[in-house]
Amino acid sequence: MTPIHYARCLGGIVKREALRWTQQRGRFFSALVRPLVWLAIFAAGFHFVLGVSIIPPYETYIPYEVYIAPGLLAMIQLFNGMQSSLSMVYDREMGSMKTLLVSPFPRWFLLTAKLLASVVVSVVQAYIFLAIAWFWEIDPPPLGYLTVLPALILSGLMLGALGLVLSSFIRQLENFAGVMNFVIFPMFFASSALYPLWRVKESSLTLYWICQANPFTHATELIRFALYGQMAPLSAGVVAGATLLFMILAVWGYDPGRGLLARRGGGGE
Amino acid sequence: MTPAPQLATPALDVSGLSHAFGPRQALRDVGFSLAPGDFTVLLGLNGAGKTTLFALVTRLYHSRQGRIAVFGHDIRRQPSAALAAMGVVFQQPTLDLDLTVRQNLAYHASLHGLSGSRARLRIEEELERVGLADRRDTRVRQLSGGQRRRVELARALVHDPALLLLDEPTVGLDIESRRFLIDHVRHLCRSRDMAVLWATHLIDEADDTAKVIVLHQGQVLDQGPVPQVAARAGVPTLRAAFDTLTHQHQGTRQHQGGAAR
Repeated sequence: MTPIHYARCLGGIVKREALRWTQQRGRFFSALVRPLVWLAIFAAGFHFVLGVSIIPPYETYIPYEVYIAPGLLAMIQLFNGMQSSLSMVYDREMGSMKTLLVSPFPRWFLLTAKLLASVVVSVVQAYIFLAIAWFWEIDPPPLGYLTVLPALILSGLMLGALGLVLSSFIRQLENFAGVMNFVIFPMFFASSALYPLWRVKESSLTLYWICQANPFTHATELIRFALYGQMAPLSAGVVAGATLLFMILAVWGYDPGRGLLARRGGGGE
Repeated sequence: MTPAPQLATPALDVSGLSHAFGPRQALRDVGFSLAPGDFTVLLGLNGAGKTTLFALVTRLYHSRQGRIAVFGHDIRRQPSAALAAMGVVFQQPTLDLDLTVRQNLAYHASLHGLSGSRARLRIEEELERVGLADRRDTRVRQLSGGQRRRVELARALVHDPALLLLDEPTVGLDIESRRFLIDHVRHLCRSRDMAVLWATHLIDEADDTAKVIVLHQGQVLDQGPVPQVAARAGVPTLRAAFDTLTHQHQGTRQHQGGAAR
């Protein structure tokens, strides 16, 4: 196996993910509509409740919808990560995961390729959202569309890796609803996605620290600053560290000697 | 019986293989060997341990005890070489229903590192062989069960493996599709000198020219060419031999169980 073989394998996995995404119309559609619905609802609902003061990276008073746009970008990626996690669990239940795992490439590489494939899909979705949001007068500086790319890739990697970890530890498809409740919603709501953290601090110091410890907060802030051409070093560090940690856990979870496949019998009998 | 030539490296060599899920012992000291060109039927009832054996041989997870080697490559130490030589048709259907036949096969080819041109060539060849070349751009969802199985067989062969593993490949197929699949695989054994392990609970899929491994409650009760297994059991057919062997086994187990308690 030479690098060119690895490249072919990666190309094939990315292509399959992209084909599946575009050919499953429902998934394609809901991925685009969900953040827009949230934008409409939250922007309308909170518009008058929350006054947003001038906080970095913003240089002026901003409407609420501008504030939540980065959070919704991160949400797209969170859902995408969970979606690919769900499809991994489904593939394992149905057996099609096996076709991936009997490939002669090392398992860490297969998992990483799978992760990169899901990031490609999530970044494309994020840009489609940004294009539509432009009509909502969410118009960051033109250069911001470029500088946000590395932030989207990094946060996509983190949330995709989280999805991989969960897929390796969730025993059955039926347990997935529980994951939605215990992962997606707390992660999203206990973060800076919907309200600035200084607001949270005013009401509860404990919640403030929970939000600070939440990697999703840092994904959101990384995207927020990058969208305005600025760097958020702490957030970048936290997101990179969390990505690495999740990836190690995922490789461990899928290890043929230790992880979950062996404990539950691989969905076989 | 002429002694099997021991010079050639076995296509698949399993020895002392045991595996347990918690307290349930799924496999006990399983051992057998497949030579290139062998068509071997792994015969056992549901729950005999066939799928566990397949999962271990394909490295979905590791066994607690024992050794598995594919053309001399240990599955733990040289998994890449072992898996590259192996084609697998799993018991459950594993195609992407929303993708076309060709997209499914191209994905598999990339998982084996095949180049685009080589993949296209091999996909055409294998689809031709299973008589589905004209369905290459059809979505799998629109194919019948028998056609899907044929696509899965073509997929398992795209990277030219020398060892083919099939786990209950005929389940849910009509007689004609079943016949086609068996004939096609047996032809592969002869024409490409491919070693085949065919797991099934259907005794009539092992004819007198096949070899058989009788797996029951995780143990190999007997193995060898079908007529020899029947002769050893002192009965004329494999079906009768299977009944005899499993009854004997049941007897010893109860006896041992009684003594232990």
